[in-house]
Amino acid sequence: MARNRLTNFVSSVYAVLIFGFIFLPVIMLVLFSFQDGRLPVSPFNGFSLQWYEAVFADRKLMSALLHSFLVATISSLVACLLGFFAAYGLARFKLPGSALQRGLLIAPMTVSYLIIALGLLSVLNVLGIGLSLWTVGIGHVVINLPLCFAIIYSSMGDQHINIERAARDLGASDIKVMALVTAPMLLPSLLASFFLSMTFSWDEFIIAFLLSRFDVTLPVEIWSLLRSGLNPKTNAIGSLVFLVSVVLLIVLELFLFGRTKKS
Amino acid sequence: MTAPVSIENATKTFASFTALDNVSLNINAGEFIVLLGPSGCGKTTLLSILGGFLQPTKGRILIGGKEMTGVPPAKRPTTTMFQDYALFPHMKLKDNVGFGLRMRGIGKPEREQRAKVFLDLVGLKASADKKPHELSGGQRQRVALARALAVDPDVLLLDEPLGALDLKLRRQMQDELKAIQKRVGTTFVHVTHDQEEAMAIADRIVVMNQGKIEDFGPPSEIYMRPRSLFAAGFMGEVNFIEGTIRDVDGTQAIVETALGKVALPKSCFTAGMPCIGQATTLCIRPEHFRRAGEGNGPATALGQATVSGSAFFGTHYRCHLTPTGAPQMRIVAHMPQSAAVMEGQAVMLAVNVGDIVALPPKQA
Repeated sequence: MARNRLTNFVSSVYAVLIFGFIFLPVIMLVLFSFQDGRLPVSPFNGFSLQWYEAVFADRKLMSALLHSFLVATISSLVACLLGFFAAYGLARFKLPGSALQRGLLIAPMTVSYLIIALGLLSVLNVLGIGLSLWTVGIGHVVINLPLCFAIIYSSMGDQHINIERAARDLGASDIKVMALVTAPMLLPSLLASFFLSMTFSWDEFIIAFLLSRFDVTLPVEIWSLLRSGLNPKTNAIGSLVFLVSVVLLIVLELFLFGRTKKS
Repeated sequence: MTAPVSIENATKTFASFTALDNVSLNINAGEFIVLLGPSGCGKTTLLSILGGFLQPTKGRILIGGKEMTGVPPAKRPTTTMFQDYALFPHMKLKDNVGFGLRMRGIGKPEREQRAKVFLDLVGLKASADKKPHELSGGQRQRVALARALAVDPDVLLLDEPLGALDLKLRRQMQDELKAIQKRVGTTFVHVTHDQEEAMAIADRIVVMNQGKIEDFGPPSEIYMRPRSLFAAGFMGEVNFIEGTIRDVDGTQAIVETALGKVALPKSCFTAGMPCIGQATTLCIRPEHFRRAGEGNGPATALGQATVSGSAFFGTHYRCHLTPTGAPQMRIVAHMPQSAAVMEGQAVMLAVNVGDIVALPPKQA
């Protein structure tokens, strides 16, 4: 009994420490975004929303927020669509070197974002394409496509093959089979890969920094804010970024786990 | 709608394996055909070829007189009812049933109305707004049938549709399938390995084995007058008795067996005329044995036998007999419920000669 209680106690302490280690920085960030004073450091002077007001009044930050949202949404849509097509092709047809093709599709996951950004930079240079939010979007498709492909491919089970056959047998063309039968059946994993891509694109800095010029995304704007020193305003915008990521993850969880329970 | 189906010399090989070996078959419009055989006999391959999911290596298929080679499933006048139902899990029943009509460009109001008609046909009109996961296996089965029939196919292909149902439900669905087929008049081609199911629903049965057709005909003919040993054995329990043809005249042949000589009319030889000296196998169903003196008609005596075991099966006693003249042989015979059968009892075996079928032995 005593030993049991001791192990319980030790594992509880361990859990608290682990979660503290992970979340303490975030908690500090959020806490000091409400700081009533000019410095985001101890002591905490009191509760105030002035820094949030400052964030929403800052037009540069607000446009960066909009840019981030656009880049994340569009690049995730494209990555999802391409990932779905690739998964459908590889799961349903006998293609030459399909194991190699799968490997090549997933390979970018192992390459660092910095290398991808530098590579894209020199390719864009050679092609004479100017840097813009579009090029940032391209970079985000490159990093998110492997993820989308992996998630969607793994959910394309053989149990769907007969259902697709039935649709074809009833007169559906390949495109209709994909749009009306395959995609709706895979909706949970399509949504999962979409929202996961969005969170990655939303937080991504290196590619967004190297591949953008005048219009920038939020992480890049925050970085330029930081160059002028610590400021509770950066905490406030950081907290907002964090909030959006959390909301996306919660939506993801609801779709993924809410659905799998039902079927 | 309905159409005849003609299969001409269809062969399908997968690498070195021949799944279908030069099969030819003519199916009439509106017939209920059952392809019957053990797993791996080629029945599902033949069905897939009819549906257009597989292309024959050789030979061709005609449906309603039209060549089907190279025509994809979507463009064929066939629909398939799959073994696992293959319903669209994300659609309501009415949308499942209306899917084929939607693909044919029929507007929503008409399609919903026709979907309801077909759901009504299978007794599920009230569930039109449910989704497949809310249904039982038998109900899903019915939806799959309604969905396949809703596009008014000429030929409906059924791939072991009752395989996943329990026995009682299966018998009930067999009756329904048969009744629905009569009502819609569509040609049904149904695959199964269950010979009772085949007999319950088929107009004609095609018995298949190792990629070939062993026998083809109405259930009673296949059961009573099989044309191959495989068909005889697959349709139900049967006793095989080896023999040799000793004499043939204009009307009958004398076959010598371990149970004595039997004079058989030529009509007993369902797979070709008898010749002197040929080996032959007599097939006798357990229910065709009678005790000497019972019943009427020309019976032939097969000597005395001892009851070595018996069990009561409700409709009859199933007995194991050991013939006195051939103690190494075991014979299974059915005795009437009223018969008092005891182990060790001696009985005189007799069979109506008309019930015996003589077939050439299996080629080695």
